[in-house]
Amino acid sequence: MSVMINTGNYIAAKAAVMARPQVVAAYPITPQTTLVEGIANYVESGEYTGEYICVESEHSAMTACIGASEAGSRTFTATSSHGLLLMHEMLHWAALARLPIVMCNINRVIGPGWNIWSDQNDSIAQRDTGWLQIYCSSNQEIFDTIIQSFKLAENKKIVLPVLINYDAFIISHTSMPAYIPDQEEIDDFLPPLNPAWKLDVDNPVAHGTLIGTKYYEKLRRAMHDAQQNAIKLIPKIAKDWEKQFGRNHGDLFEKYQCEDAEYILISMAAIGAESKVAIDNLRKQGIKIGLARLRIFRPFPSEEVIALGKQAELIVIDRNISIGSEGAMFNEIKSALYQQSDAKVTGFIAGLGGKDVPYGDIEKMCKKAIQGKTKNHQIWFGFKEDD
Amino acid sequence: MALKDFPREEYVLQGNAACAGCPATMALRTVLKALGKKTVMVVPACCTAVIQSLYPTCSFDIPVMNIAFEACAAGASGIRAALDQQGKHDHTVLSWAGDGGTYDIGLQALSGALERQTNFIYICYNNQIYSNTGIQRSGATPKGAWTTTTVGGKQEFRKDMSEIIRAHHLPYAAQASASRPLDLFEKVKKAKDIKGPRYIEILAPCPPGWRFGMEKTVEMGDLAIDTGAYALFESIDDNVVFNGKSKLILEEKIKPKPIEEWIKNQGRFKHLFYPKRDEKCLAEIQEHYDQMWDRYRKEYL
Repeated sequence: MSVMINTGNYIAAKAAVMARPQVVAAYPITPQTTLVEGIANYVESGEYTGEYICVESEHSAMTACIGASEAGSRTFTATSSHGLLLMHEMLHWAALARLPIVMCNINRVIGPGWNIWSDQNDSIAQRDTGWLQIYCSSNQEIFDTIIQSFKLAENKKIVLPVLINYDAFIISHTSMPAYIPDQEEIDDFLPPLNPAWKLDVDNPVAHGTLIGTKYYEKLRRAMHDAQQNAIKLIPKIAKDWEKQFGRNHGDLFEKYQCEDAEYILISMAAIGAESKVAIDNLRKQGIKIGLARLRIFRPFPSEEVIALGKQAELIVIDRNISIGSEGAMFNEIKSALYQQSDAKVTGFIAGLGGKDVPYGDIEKMCKKAIQGKTKNHQIWFGFKEDD
Repeated sequence: MALKDFPREEYVLQGNAACAGCPATMALRTVLKALGKKTVMVVPACCTAVIQSLYPTCSFDIPVMNIAFEACAAGASGIRAALDQQGKHDHTVLSWAGDGGTYDIGLQALSGALERQTNFIYICYNNQIYSNTGIQRSGATPKGAWTTTTVGGKQEFRKDMSEIIRAHHLPYAAQASASRPLDLFEKVKKAKDIKGPRYIEILAPCPPGWRFGMEKTVEMGDLAIDTGAYALFESIDDNVVFNGKSKLILEEKIKPKPIEEWIKNQGRFKHLFYPKRDEKCLAEIQEHYDQMWDRYRKEYL
């Protein structure tokens, strides 16, 4: 084991290479660039011996990963924002073809106007593609999650691709220390891919051919069932990791000060990490509040949300907005609670366009929610028409 | 070599879902005979996605990856990388796409794969239309041709795809015709033994798309060559060599037949003859091909 002090992207590159994918195909986009540059450096140094395809677009990056995965190889890629949007068609393809591709997405604002800061609308727009979605809040969590994600994606009960998200710059370009296990320990945790199926000249079958409605519905149902299987498998893999490496970032949620909480704040990614400071401060003021940082957005952990709703009033901060509806988490949390709990849920839209969300603002949001009387109320935090 | 010497193995099976007289199926049968069993094929949205038949059956006896319309060459890049990592360097990766998936929507991915020197064969079977979606105009549709999106006949000339391909300076590029299986077989065979990106275009006269009888596929392909509407050649390391009747036309040993001989038999050009001849458009089309041959002579003779 060693300690690496570096940015989220470089630590992601380290994890990606240590997972030993046979094929990486990627296209550069800010702020993902240092991740693929990191992998290129490992190619140069000889630490990465797989194929590294520098494709001409993100659409081709995902397609090349699909081709490599169909041929039975472990594959990794990374992107951000518009890159993820350009992949959209092939994200559906990868999931429907049941390919265990792992990808990092550095959450970045969608243009116009051009803006490179953090915002989750890029990945939230992919929520119906069939990919599992995980949100990280530290460099250590990124490292651990990448390795665990291959294990998750390649499990025979899952065989679906995994999208690992973290915030532009706040995480991607911030140096933090991370414990890096030895390669042998990683290999021990993550054995080589044994694909469920692959293109094989000795067993010539057509993948993704014309299909009637009867079979197609089965395909969709099987994907949904596989995602449900992940609800059970994610905590198991996290526990196995903890047993071997002594770290656990939470499984579906990371819970903080939740035991006796009368109010529970639900947030994701970097805002989730920042929320801990807010919780400490609010606790000092005598407010019984806890944090449940949502790590897994797909599959959506409805049962766990219901348990939270039965315990406490919920406060939700979304760094995204489904225009014409609500913040994605706020929306799905209320949907999970329907007829299961009548807990008051207050939603906040905050941090769009990369606007900073410091702990002081999170405290203000929590207090506003606690004082508020309206149920299922969504507030644009700190939004001033005149600004 | 003669047709009777072709390998007996069939990789395009009976009972596939192609139209009667389909040039793509004829050409693919020949191509796979030349490439053999150790071939992995990538098929984007195109007629061949349908020809291969409905799950759980498949009319091809090689592994096939179907992929999105614009993604054929990129998918091949991924497969190649994976096979190389697995030590399967002797496998051929074949991209098999129509002209829509090559000239138009798939051009970026193709150019990228060629530039990266991906070790694969890309074959475009060019029926000069989006035939699978019901005969719409593509970048390969010739001027004057009726399609469902150029109802009065296409106003523009087709894209010169081979020149675009040649700008990538490939170790091997060729034009062949579904009507000339022996020539096609030999070109594919030659391509198979070369490493790096290889491109072959096959002219594929489409009976329902071009509006001619299903028994005339071969005739339409041969007439395209005889009239100079299409040329047979290969380019090895940028050295272009014409062959068959195209060589004789290039060297002016024979005169190509008038272009009318080719187009008058195709319903898609009917409006150029009935109710009255469109002399202006016919002259423009003839002039276009004359100029193409002048350019060929200047560059390749």
